[in-house]
Amino acid sequence: MTISIDPQKTNNENLQPKGWLRYFSFSLDHKVIGIQYLVCGFLFYLIGGTLASAIRIELASPMSDFMPRDVYNQVLTLHGTIMIFLWIVPVVNGAFGNYLIPFYVGARDMAFPRLNAVAFWLIPPSGLMLVASYFVEGAAQAGWTAYPPLSITTPQSGQIIWILSVLLLGGSSIFGGINFIATIIKLRRPGLKLMQLPMYCWAMLGTSLLVVLSTPVLAGTLILLSFDIIANTGFFNPVLGGNVVVYQHLFWFYSHPAVYIMVLPAFGLVSEILPVHARKPLFGYTTMVFSIMGIVVLGLVVWAHHMFTSGTPPWMRLFFTIATAFIAVPTGIKFFNWVATLWGGKISINSAMLFSCGFIINFVFGGITGVALAQVPFDIHVHDTYFVVAHFHYIVYGGTVFIIFSSIYHWFPKVTGKMLNEKLGILHFIITFIGFNLCFAPQHWLGLNGMPRRVAEYDPQFQLVNQISSLGALLMAISTIPFLINVFLSVRNGENAGDNPWNALTPEWLTSSPPPVENWEGEAPLVEEPYGYGKEISEQK
Amino acid sequence: MLNKNIYLILIISLVFAISFWIGFNVNLLPAEASINAPIYDELFKILFITGLIIFIGMTIAVIYSLFKFRKRNDQIGDGIALEGNLSLEIVWTIIPSIIVLLIGLYSYNIYDRMGGMKELNHNHEMMSSNSEKIWAGISQTSDTEIAINNLSIEVSAMQFAFLFNYPKGNFISGELHVPVDQKVSMRMESKDVIHAFWVPEFRIKQDIIPGQPTILNFTPTKVGKYPIICAELCGPYHGGMRASIIVEEESDYNEWFNKNKKPEVNL
Repeated sequence: MTISIDPQKTNNENLQPKGWLRYFSFSLDHKVIGIQYLVCGFLFYLIGGTLASAIRIELASPMSDFMPRDVYNQVLTLHGTIMIFLWIVPVVNGAFGNYLIPFYVGARDMAFPRLNAVAFWLIPPSGLMLVASYFVEGAAQAGWTAYPPLSITTPQSGQIIWILSVLLLGGSSIFGGINFIATIIKLRRPGLKLMQLPMYCWAMLGTSLLVVLSTPVLAGTLILLSFDIIANTGFFNPVLGGNVVVYQHLFWFYSHPAVYIMVLPAFGLVSEILPVHARKPLFGYTTMVFSIMGIVVLGLVVWAHHMFTSGTPPWMRLFFTIATAFIAVPTGIKFFNWVATLWGGKISINSAMLFSCGFIINFVFGGITGVALAQVPFDIHVHDTYFVVAHFHYIVYGGTVFIIFSSIYHWFPKVTGKMLNEKLGILHFIITFIGFNLCFAPQHWLGLNGMPRRVAEYDPQFQLVNQISSLGALLMAISTIPFLINVFLSVRNGENAGDNPWNALTPEWLTSSPPPVENWEGEAPLVEEPYGYGKEISEQK
Repeated sequence: MLNKNIYLILIISLVFAISFWIGFNVNLLPAEASINAPIYDELFKILFITGLIIFIGMTIAVIYSLFKFRKRNDQIGDGIALEGNLSLEIVWTIIPSIIVLLIGLYSYNIYDRMGGMKELNHNHEMMSSNSEKIWAGISQTSDTEIAINNLSIEVSAMQFAFLFNYPKGNFISGELHVPVDQKVSMRMESKDVIHAFWVPEFRIKQDIIPGQPTILNFTPTKVGKYPIICAELCGPYHGGMRASIIVEEESDYNEWFNKNKKPEVNL
């Protein structure tokens, strides 16, 4: 493979459209690709959110009365798949990674710009294909986990399209991961040491290692599953001597690390946001780096905690309990360090800060239920119930999605040169925070008291709590309105932000906003202390 | 300085007091109806209280920081240039490690008391041949081991029903009847896709897997009718896949058993 050098690249750029049209082109600019990821991801978030609303409408009454039962299963399958593979993973990795990593390492673009563009352009067709599968013979309806034999016995076309789509998205994710590793390791500007990189680089390095190590396993598994479906092989089909538990092991070997693929980048992003708005250095840089790598290593050996009620021998249950519970240690370090970062700062209470603090509170809650779920005897009762649904929404929504919004408030001025409206932003935060907790906190009780997940009907005694939960979901849906109004108004008429409205020290702010195509007019600056708050001021005085 | 420490100690004690009060007074769990249930609820209480202490503590720390260290209008400049504190970081590495380790050991103890660590493959007097591979469910140490031969039940699950075969009585029932305070031993297998056997009041759950028998033992302790819920997505009617377990006095159970019992037929 050859990397194009300047003359050729300039030619390409001359041919590429300017203005907003470049967002619809095969652009090689990492900043354009980052925004493509973000906007595309957000559109799928709206689709996934619509599906979530449909689920909560169905569950507002105990009977299965809003949609046919098989459609309900398609809706929950697509909701999970879209939110994971088309919203959270592409946005926290692809969008922010592409936009920020080249700035952070002092490069003018990613290591492989064409691979980068290919990685993005795999997403819209596979996403559309997934959504369109509903109109063929019905979409996949075996859950986002696609456990055989259910995935083998449900209508084939939907399941096969689901597999194809996830394979393409997995491919996109692997291309992105390789690109991030190469960029962070190889494209650092001379003089910039690894231990001087902003924390998001470390988070993306860890995440990309997980992507590259575990996504191929999912790909292989899904290819075998598709053979079982279309070619009547018997890898996982018990009728032909296959083993359904082996599928679960292979699936979770990817899909548990996938949780860290969704949260580690968020850990990185919040480590960038908090120091800026608290005007303090990131507390405990070195322990943060080690805890990220600790999570990467432990994250690879905990997958079977999803299978405690499946066919698993006792020793295996025990090993995975201990390994899983120990992830709480490096994760806990990070949370204590963030609170210590706030402590003694001069905190601006703005939308970015509020969403980040909301993240800390929600994620601590989700982490605590996570440690409880890691204990085999505890898990046996609540596995596959609404308790688990509540737990992982606290992690991926209360955690990661809160950070996505926080990041949008933080970097919007960088991308557009305009400020977002703070009043609308705080309104957005308040409705989201109340709606989210109202929706998911009661679901813990539902699970403990006997409501399994993925059901369209339930016992009448759960109606009130389900209606509270649906009310929360309604608030969450409403909360996107002030956000969208804010973005559309601010892009056109927002207050001018200047180059560095937050007085931040990380490298992306040391250029104009929005940045030029080559990122810096001259040479990339050498930022040895991306979190040197407090110091610089005293030195200047 | 002394004043500050007193406030800190006061707040910490308050957090502990509130957490313990909630942990002991708020019941989030359904009725206890098996030997497992009180053991489970003991673990739940410990996890609940520990979790509350950490959650309330962290939330207070975040909200307090936001108020106390918020930027006043007239303020300019940065906070203190504190980049870390090694001893503090060591403390919050070691304390969570100890908590996690203690919880792990304690839950091992709970799991052992539930019978989870008991070897299931040998001396299990099921009708299956010895070479058959049986995957662990949860077993239970119980005083009423004698009952095991009388109360072996074969469970088959299919879309969207459970069937309970009583081999001793040579009949199949759609309802699971068991006598109270006796150990029940079930061998479960699925006819089609993966299902799960869950009785919330018993705090037990085990997947029922096609081509791979699983076993599940439990001892009910309270007479009554409880739902058996399928907990693994198994198709469109998954939400409706229910059965009932009826726990009754031994005499009632015997009456029901003898009524349904069929004579041995040699095929």
